Amino acid sequence: MEQTTRNGLNQRAKTGKALRIRKQGFYDMINGYLFILPMLLLTMTLVVIPIILSGLISFTEWNFIAGLEGLNFIGFENYNNLLHDEGFHRALRNNVIMIAVVPVSMLFALVLAALINQATYFKDFFKVIYFMPFISSFVAIALLWRVLFHPNSGPINGFLRGIGIENPPLWLADPQFALIAVMIIMVWTSLGFNMVIYLAGLQGIPKDIYEAADVDGASPMRQFFTITLPMLSPTTFFLLITGVVGSFKVFDLIMVLTSGGPAGSTSVIVYYLYEAAFVNLQSGYASAMGIVLLLLILFVTLIQWVGQKKWVNY
Amino acid sequence: MQSVSASRLIVTALMGIVGIFFILPFIWMLSASFKPELEVMTYPIQWIPKTWYMIENYTQVWSGAVPFTLYYLNSIKVTLMATALSLIISAMAAYGFSKVIFKGREAMFILVLATYMIPSQAILVPQFMMFRWLGLFDSHFGLVLLAASGVLGTFLLRQFFMSVHNEIIESARIDGANHWIIFFRIGLPLVKPALATYMILRFIWTWNDYQNPLIFLRSEALFTLQLGIRKFADFNGEFYSLMMAGAVSAILPLLIIFIVGQKQVIEGVASGSVKG
Repeated sequence: MEQTTRNGLNQRAKTGKALRIRKQGFYDMINGYLFILPMLLLTMTLVVIPIILSGLISFTEWNFIAGLEGLNFIGFENYNNLLHDEGFHRALRNNVIMIAVVPVSMLFALVLAALINQATYFKDFFKVIYFMPFISSFVAIALLWRVLFHPNSGPINGFLRGIGIENPPLWLADPQFALIAVMIIMVWTSLGFNMVIYLAGLQGIPKDIYEAADVDGASPMRQFFTITLPMLSPTTFFLLITGVVGSFKVFDLIMVLTSGGPAGSTSVIVYYLYEAAFVNLQSGYASAMGIVLLLLILFVTLIQWVGQKKWVNY
Repeated sequence: MQSVSASRLIVTALMGIVGIFFILPFIWMLSASFKPELEVMTYPIQWIPKTWYMIENYTQVWSGAVPFTLYYLNSIKVTLMATALSLIISAMAAYGFSKVIFKGREAMFILVLATYMIPSQAILVPQFMMFRWLGLFDSHFGLVLLAASGVLGTFLLRQFFMSVHNEIIESARIDGANHWIIFFRIGLPLVKPALATYMILRFIWTWNDYQNPLIFLRSEALFTLQLGIRKFADFNGEFYSLMMAGAVSAILPLLIIFIVGQKQVIEGVASGSVKG
């Protein structure tokens, strides 16, 4: 008798506890969603729904000023047109060339980071200096470099003439050199960021590995290639992936610096897209370009993810 | 020991020489903004202006035909609002994604994170249409919402919340505190450094943004500083001294914020590995 009552009490206590846990789980569920709700709402309305709409619009011929009546489904014609559009091909080619900025900037950044980390006074001072272009607005930077690169009287060409180069390139005014000029500016702006990330990576490498290598008599050069580089490979991978994706998104700089010119020599996909959408008012065509750009970014990211297994050590 | 510091000196000098290439364009900009127009392009470069024209140039910028003060105020308004809103939204979401256990959490996080892959230019057209329908087009509030939806803040802050021990939160819950009290009283104070980092980064990114104001603003009275300098540059054509004075005016507030908070920015960028 007593036994069963105690069992019953136990039982009740157990279910009570289970109930409380379940109740708490329920509250947690509600609270959890309340915490992420604002973020989720904004992301849904400002990113997820628009990208779905973008996909739909890419199958239409449409000018968004005309309103919904002017909407006209044309299937894959926009995508088909992209295949034959010289301007788009040129923009795509420029984007591919611009990827070269990423490894160049990373290489400089790695050398600088290794030097700063090893043996320099005023570490913080140099960090601030190299980081300055990263925090400056692209509009101000573009205006500044437009003057620096001025073909006749700019200081860069003034310097080049000063050291005896008779006909320095016209930089932004010359279709042959405009893209290179843009890429120089991009290296200049991205180097500080890459360097700071590399510095953080370098500081994460345990000191005793180097001490062990010293004991074994490995030269600093050898240590750099057999310890530092492999240990930094996750950092390198991170910088490569964000850098390449970022290089496809450069808009502000191109817009203010060259507006894609001269003769389309610095036009990139995002700039060409902007022109199609807001200058020529081809909403459907621009959306198709946006989708292609997204697929391109996904593709490049995927390749790097697959490739990383071969060279990244975790 | 002597030789070690000698090699350090050499490396420092080397870094200094490379560093000069980084800072020279800025110094040139500053110096050009202090000169009369005719002396800007002289070569060899006069780093210290022969004739000081600073007051004239900056008065021209600040009280000329282009209302720079208005653009400044607009930028300050949009940036402050966007930064505040973004901090609240991101911190809340970061706490939810790291410290509250609920069904579908991982799926939601992956969804939010995946949106980072979408280039902003790919969704400009639908965003533009939606903004017109919602009445957000040509308003500062629309810009604030766009800047506040940053996924990176959530990601960065989540990393920091993850490093807060669960025992702290568990013991607070046993004492009867609910998640909201824990979030405000315990969570936020513990991740203060990360909040500072993200605050400065968000401020810089919003202040510098050119694309969103270009697409989503039409009235000149609402223009932000970045649109303003572009307009000022077009307006003043080939007056490089004025252009540089405008550029200096645009960069200066950021530079001050950056120098004050450089530790937060650089360490935050390094630890969270974020990029705008």
